[in-house]
Amino acid sequence: MALGVWQWIDTRFPTLGAEWRKHASEYYAPKNLNLWYDFGALAGLVLIIQILSGIFLTMNYKPDASLAFGSVEYIMRDVPGGWIIRYVHSTGASAFFIVVYLHMFRALLYGSHKQPRELVWIFGVLIYLTLMGEAFFGYLLPWGQMSYWGAQVIVNLFGTIPFIGPDLALWIRGDYVISDATLNRFFALHVIAFPLVLLGLVVAHILALHDVGSNNPDGVDIKKFKDANGHPQDGIPFHPYYTVKDLAVAVVFLAIFCFIMFFVPEMGGYFLEANNFNPADPLKTPPHIAPVWYFTPYYSILRAVPPLFHSQFPGVLAMGIAVLILFFLPWLDRSPVKSIRYRGGLYKTWLAAFVIVFFVLGYLGTEPTTVWGQFRDPWDLLDTKDVATWVARLCSIVYFLFFFLMPWYSARDKVKPVPERVVWHA
Amino acid sequence: MARMKALLLALAAAPLVAFAAEGYRLDRSPHDPRDLVSLQSGARTYMNYCLGCHGLQFMRYQGLEEIGLNEAQIRDNLMFTAEKVGEPIKIAFNPKDAKSWFGVAPPDLSVVARSRGPDWLYTYLRTFYRDAKSPTGWNNAVFPNVGMPHALWSLQGQRGLEVVAQKEGGHAAVQYKWSEISKGTQTPAEYDATVRDLVNFLVYVAEPSGIERRPIGIVVLFVLGVLFVFAYLLKKEYWKDVK
Repeated sequence: MALGVWQWIDTRFPTLGAEWRKHASEYYAPKNLNLWYDFGALAGLVLIIQILSGIFLTMNYKPDASLAFGSVEYIMRDVPGGWIIRYVHSTGASAFFIVVYLHMFRALLYGSHKQPRELVWIFGVLIYLTLMGEAFFGYLLPWGQMSYWGAQVIVNLFGTIPFIGPDLALWIRGDYVISDATLNRFFALHVIAFPLVLLGLVVAHILALHDVGSNNPDGVDIKKFKDANGHPQDGIPFHPYYTVKDLAVAVVFLAIFCFIMFFVPEMGGYFLEANNFNPADPLKTPPHIAPVWYFTPYYSILRAVPPLFHSQFPGVLAMGIAVLILFFLPWLDRSPVKSIRYRGGLYKTWLAAFVIVFFVLGYLGTEPTTVWGQFRDPWDLLDTKDVATWVARLCSIVYFLFFFLMPWYSARDKVKPVPERVVWHA
Repeated sequence: MARMKALLLALAAAPLVAFAAEGYRLDRSPHDPRDLVSLQSGARTYMNYCLGCHGLQFMRYQGLEEIGLNEAQIRDNLMFTAEKVGEPIKIAFNPKDAKSWFGVAPPDLSVVARSRGPDWLYTYLRTFYRDAKSPTGWNNAVFPNVGMPHALWSLQGQRGLEVVAQKEGGHAAVQYKWSEISKGTQTPAEYDATVRDLVNFLVYVAEPSGIERRPIGIVVLFVLGVLFVFAYLLKKEYWKDVK
């Protein structure tokens, strides 16, 4: 019966079966993919979770400055199951960035950005940028104090761009301050414009990947050795092998996700900030404005750069470069090998330093600059005495050196010989 | 180069870092969301002492059924500002009037336990003191120059506070010396319990789903645990022929 239905469809719509074979049942992926390779699938899962939970939130949310805050509380209390949907979406936002950061780190580990996957990487960075926009617009919607002032700060960043800045900020807000007009347009961008772009880019990312084939922890090309049927000897069909593997990993991921949702939905103030439970008040600036954790490494860089001629633009520029430099990674990395397994100590050291400064910058961005106290500065030489600012400056320098010096240290690194075929122990 | 020099000097001076003096240390709130008696007692305190000025507009009277009260009990004992149990818990006057009377409209407290945190509330409600310099005659150790007078003073009694600055091993420290001006109707232990119940109630009001989400979470995690066993065995079964 099922087979009959399938044949009926297949004779009328053969594309469906052809695409399934091309992207799943006959897409050959290296058999040695490890846990790091699951975060792509998990990012896809979170995207679906966010779209579905977002649809249900939209049914009850009111994009109106006088009603928005109350409508979120209405969802939390009066809508049956509303609190589950809301926590799914708020936890999902942070989970999205966690899996995307791990997915990107995987590329740095195994050289997935390198030739011939440069376009896969570029589509990925575009996804990351879109995701940042999506998260930023979405964060305004609960209309709490952090929503409001976070948006105010970030839109003002655009205002520091020379010449066009003030007009640009006005154009983004649709008003002279963050207001009802801003809330309405951010709602539109969050629920339809950016998700559409995101979906399009995800399709491009996956299609581009399937054209060149997946990388693997050894960074070797599995297409060099093929069997009698023309399939890579070290490859296995994505379905069923990786679908069942991803299923098991997805269950573990969902368990962690649900643990956060049901037991620590605020995640100690990192996923849901305490001050965002105060309704937005344009007349009351909070003493400490911090973005959500996934933006804080860049926020730290922004704060670390001293102003020039009373303009914050250098900091904004540094923050912009810190993100946009990712686009150039495939050409900055001049190592003859892909995988960390065969790279030398130089790259490993720089990568470790990069990870450490990313975490330190991320932490400092959640705290006021006074968090680590002040230097005693008897000579009055420093523009700021905050210890945290100086640590952030050092970390920012390391962050940029990781990229700017990469052409030099990646080429100069003592690499190990790469095996012909993947290393695999059944 | 000058900046580099400054940086090196700064690093050399690192061990000399002095920490800024911190505010009043918060006590840990002993609230327990599963203690229904405490939640009900907190609701009673709230309706009698707080609702005069502070609404819980996102909460409905009906919601109090979740803490073990029936409709008649809510209607007879706790409903002072509404006709029907489906109505939100609002104050009896207009916030605009409140603003002209008090300078600021007393904030709605529906989610105050999430914005301030239970520890802050528990400490704040126990650290009011008499201050002749303040317009209300009251001040607070956690919230300096607070606009609200001590609403629970008849229970706690009146206290005075002397803040003594002193040096402790090179660090500036502040010592708080409490004194009793008049006794309240409750002993200090009874008053702590009253505040504990009130904070417990506010924590419940800030997130009514807090009561049900933990038990649901346990079931969900159990189901996912079982699902994982099957998913893992399925993966093992498929992968055994990958050589």
